[in-house]
Amino acid sequence: MQFMLLFSRQGKLRLQKWYVPLSDKEKKKITRELVQTVLARKPKMCSFLEWRDLKIVYKRYASLYFCCAIEDQDNELITLEIIHRYVELLDKYFGSVCELDIIFNFEKAYFILDEFLLGGEAQETSKKNVLKAIEQADLLQENQSEDWGGLAAEEVL
Amino acid sequence: MPAVSKGDGMRGLAVFISDIRNCKSKEAEIKRINKELANIRSKFKGDKALDGYSKKKYVCKLLFIFLLGHDIDFGHMEAVNLLSSNKYTEKQIGYLFISVLVNSNSELIRLINNAIKNDLASRNPTFMCLALHCIANVGSREMAEAFASEIPRILVAGDTMDSVKQSAALCLLRLYKTSPDLVLMGEWTSRVVHLLNDQHMGVVTAAISLITCLSQKNPEEFKTCVSLAVSRLSRIVSSASTDLQDYTYYFVPAPWLSCKLLRLLQCYPPPEDGAVKGRLVECLETILNKAQEPPKSKKVQHSNAKNAILFEAIALIIHYDSEPNLLVRACNQLGQFLQHRETNLRYLALESMCTLASSEFSHEAVKTHIETVISALKTERDVSVRQRAADLLYAMCDRSNAKQIVAEMLSYLETADYSIREEMVLKVAILAEKYAVDYSWYVDTILNLIRIAGDYVSEEVWYRVIQIVINRDDVQGYAAKTVFEALQAPACHENMVKVGGYILGEFGNLIAGDPRSSPLIQFNLLHSKFHLCSVPTRALLLSTYIKFINLFPETKSTIQEVLRCDSQIRNSDVELQQRAVEYLKLSSIASTDVLATVLEEMPPFPERESSILAKLKKKKGPGAVSGSELEEGKRDGGELNGGAERGIDAAATIASNASTPSPSADLLGLRSGAPAGTAAPSASSLLVDVFSEAAPAAPSAVAEENFLRFVCKNNGVLFENQLLQIGVKSEYRQNLGRMYLFYGNKTSVQFLNFSTAVTCPGELQSQLNVQTKPAEPVVEGGAQVQQVLNIECLSDFSEAPLLNIKFRYGGALQNITLKLPITINKFFQPTEMSSQDFFQRWKQLSLPQQEAQKIFKAKNAMDAEVLKAKVESLARRSTPPPGVCGPAGHVPRLRCCSIFTSSALPFDAEMVEEKRDVYWSLVNFTLSYHTCELSSVFDFCSVTLPFLAQRRVTRWSVCAQLAVREPNYTVDSVKRGIAHRTLRGLTPTVFPISSFPRVSEAGCSQTRFPKSKGEFTKYSNPYNSDLR
Repeated sequence: MQFMLLFSRQGKLRLQKWYVPLSDKEKKKITRELVQTVLARKPKMCSFLEWRDLKIVYKRYASLYFCCAIEDQDNELITLEIIHRYVELLDKYFGSVCELDIIFNFEKAYFILDEFLLGGEAQETSKKNVLKAIEQADLLQENQSEDWGGLAAEEVL
Repeated sequence: MPAVSKGDGMRGLAVFISDIRNCKSKEAEIKRINKELANIRSKFKGDKALDGYSKKKYVCKLLFIFLLGHDIDFGHMEAVNLLSSNKYTEKQIGYLFISVLVNSNSELIRLINNAIKNDLASRNPTFMCLALHCIANVGSREMAEAFASEIPRILVAGDTMDSVKQSAALCLLRLYKTSPDLVLMGEWTSRVVHLLNDQHMGVVTAAISLITCLSQKNPEEFKTCVSLAVSRLSRIVSSASTDLQDYTYYFVPAPWLSCKLLRLLQCYPPPEDGAVKGRLVECLETILNKAQEPPKSKKVQHSNAKNAILFEAIALIIHYDSEPNLLVRACNQLGQFLQHRETNLRYLALESMCTLASSEFSHEAVKTHIETVISALKTERDVSVRQRAADLLYAMCDRSNAKQIVAEMLSYLETADYSIREEMVLKVAILAEKYAVDYSWYVDTILNLIRIAGDYVSEEVWYRVIQIVINRDDVQGYAAKTVFEALQAPACHENMVKVGGYILGEFGNLIAGDPRSSPLIQFNLLHSKFHLCSVPTRALLLSTYIKFINLFPETKSTIQEVLRCDSQIRNSDVELQQRAVEYLKLSSIASTDVLATVLEEMPPFPERESSILAKLKKKKGPGAVSGSELEEGKRDGGELNGGAERGIDAAATIASNASTPSPSADLLGLRSGAPAGTAAPSASSLLVDVFSEAAPAAPSAVAEENFLRFVCKNNGVLFENQLLQIGVKSEYRQNLGRMYLFYGNKTSVQFLNFSTAVTCPGELQSQLNVQTKPAEPVVEGGAQVQQVLNIECLSDFSEAPLLNIKFRYGGALQNITLKLPITINKFFQPTEMSSQDFFQRWKQLSLPQQEAQKIFKAKNAMDAEVLKAKVESLARRSTPPPGVCGPAGHVPRLRCCSIFTSSALPFDAEMVEEKRDVYWSLVNFTLSYHTCELSSVFDFCSVTLPFLAQRRVTRWSVCAQLAVREPNYTVDSVKRGIAHRTLRGLTPTVFPISSFPRVSEAGCSQTRFPKSKGEFTKYSNPYNSDLR
């Protein structure tokens, strides 16, 4: 996989993950182009399209579009299920996930993605194992936040 | 599951995000962001040291701002500081910031690498994973340099946690993709391969991606993975859906791992071990069987996962292309999907069938679905699915269904998306040409194309129709009649005017007998379009008019009138004006004889071998085009333009189909941004290269390889295809050589009109003199004819002469062009001298331009005896025995004759240890480079001395130095050279167009008359200035 984009129906980018080195300018251009292309497609159309020399696999969940760019020899259907598994992971972690969860906890969305996919390849496909890793990290976080005591409450915005 | 946004949540961040979301306008948002940036900047600059939490919060805010699409130019240092925090969350945010906002600022990279190093060494698996994720996300060269040697160790160490192994495997993969030179597996290879046996499915899932990538680059080293992958796959496929616990996805056992395993197997040919192969075939059959079972769940995830494996299995079956049974089953399965209610499956089935269509085993099975595919083309609502259907129709087309498919594609073209029209036009044009049984159908099809989609008909397409009409006299009358009718339409496309103008200019006389298309009517019809056309078209029409004057003298006065009018003769466009002036002058001054000579019918275009196959082979490596594909090409080819060319085109098309699942799209190379390396450019040149400016078509790569083989041998088989074998025997003495060519007819049918021609392109004409007698015009089936070439080397040369062979086989014209294996070294002669003398001479060669050097990888170990033989074969005659001095010097009769090798080297066993260079000296500059080129053919150059091998030195260098040309022996040859050139300059072959001087006398410039036959022997582009 070369990259994954999450964007809303309004075309707002919610998450971007690039597995190939590209300049910021190029990334923005690709994003703009793809968001436009995908949003223009009608609901019953197929989830795959050819774009430049890549294959785009996308799926819409509620107000969010999940869009992956894969290479010629990659498998479209399994990519579709990668998207679904990621949604399941988010759903399980946030408890029926919605767009707002991803906006306000974007860093968590990235951490979960990193546990699931690394370098554009599936690293761990077991839902339990991925969530276990994230929970462990959260546990570390909780212990530490207790240490800080009231700091969080006093913070200056 | 812990609730989210608990105590650790950064309230400041959440408030900031809400603020942004509440902004009513873009301006308000920017204002809020700038305020925040100012705040953060002052916090970072402030005297008070920030605590870790604040730092984390602000870095996170910056990250959020960046992800909104704003530029961030500070905060990197703070993020790097976070990396060394011992609090997990701070570290994590630091890494996230670095991963998203990579900055190649070298100082920072060093700091980042330091932090990563510490975390990798921490033995804390969570920290190690964070560090590995960061490397995998950034994947920069600096990181590869720092960690490429460390990560394999982590990956295979016995005590590494599974989760760390997974991260390490994919981290390594990313580094390998960006800097393959830095990731050296070497000793780790077998342990990495054995990760396929790991108990932890997650480790296997991660490791297999790495193994697949490495196998693609070094298949030999990783080939043990095949049997491991097969047994792993077999275990998964035969497991019950609950066996694999959490790795079962909607009742499908380990779909991701299965797909990756099948993908890995596609890097290799079918397993040779019968047991392994049997097991694999069983797996594939099970997968196909499962597709027929009722689904275990109604969820789309279940069917997607199941079918993902199925499609990957089909891809493997197609890749093997050796199991007819499986191929046909795969085809039937895809046939079912063609009518599936899921658009996704229909799309994939069409795509996958495209590749199946190119297999000889399944081509027929694919064809049975033609009606379904046609209806998909007509009824699918999604343009990308329609596109797939069009691709598949193109791929399944052969002579039996060409008319139907072309007709369907034409009618689809009328409503097709603008984005794909040009591609469709090219496809129709290619199919029409490839499978034309009668030429009137072909002409009709192309004219229809222009009518329906004139704007999308590229030059190549209409050039091609003209070329074919000119070469086929049986279609010329029909073509003239058809274009004449097409031009009657009140609004016709400019491309139609071009084709019409050209064809009527050539063959208008064939329909002039009919009073409805009398010369004057033809002219008026064309001229009625004249004013609506662009300059190039008008220029073409002017040439048509002057041709009319020659064809129909009765139109002369009308046309002269037109040429004479101000809008022509004073046209502001220089090209038009000049044509009008010259044509007018020509028509009034030249006698009818001159006119007839200058304006005679275009000679047939030379049939050229398409370079597409050569390109394809170069790309895919020799042998990539299998015999079956070639036969396929042969079966289908042979109609329009002679079997050889057509066969190759067809094979090339088919081969390129096989190389990519979306053949036609790539084939035509119209997709914007298609990678330069795919079949696209070569395929689009299918039509183009006929017109390319290059000298007679490049011999194919295979021929090139054959050619190189002859550098150091004189006898052997130069060329062989299904019809013809050409053997060579040659001998050389000083500057003279004699070559015997043996043409063997491999078929049982006569070759008719057999003719051969040897040409010396460009400069070579003055450097090499090749003479021969014409070959026998008929070669009986199974017979062999001989031809003798006498060769004289006049000067050093670097090109090779070309041999062109034409003959008719079963009615089809065959045309083959080959390089004759005559290379400069054939005329080399050794000379003896002492090693002292040799080095004295050697040292004289001190100017920079007297030295050329080439370094290349060693292919074989070096054997002094073998090397000696090779060098001798280069110089052709025996060199002095080992230990005695090397050859050098000159031969008075020929300039380019001396190559001298140092006896100091490899021939002298004692010196082998000390010297690493083979020295040879050459007489002049061009020569040296040429020989440098030739040398790479030699294993001699790809040598490693045994002692070098021990020291792991794998490179060998050859130094070629240039000697100063010595006057005492060049004088003679220069004289001879001049004499020859003078002689040749006077021979009429250089200026074959006897009519030119007369035209010049008539006051016109020569360059304006490209249509006389002679000139075309010089121009490779038959459509030179007139059609451009």
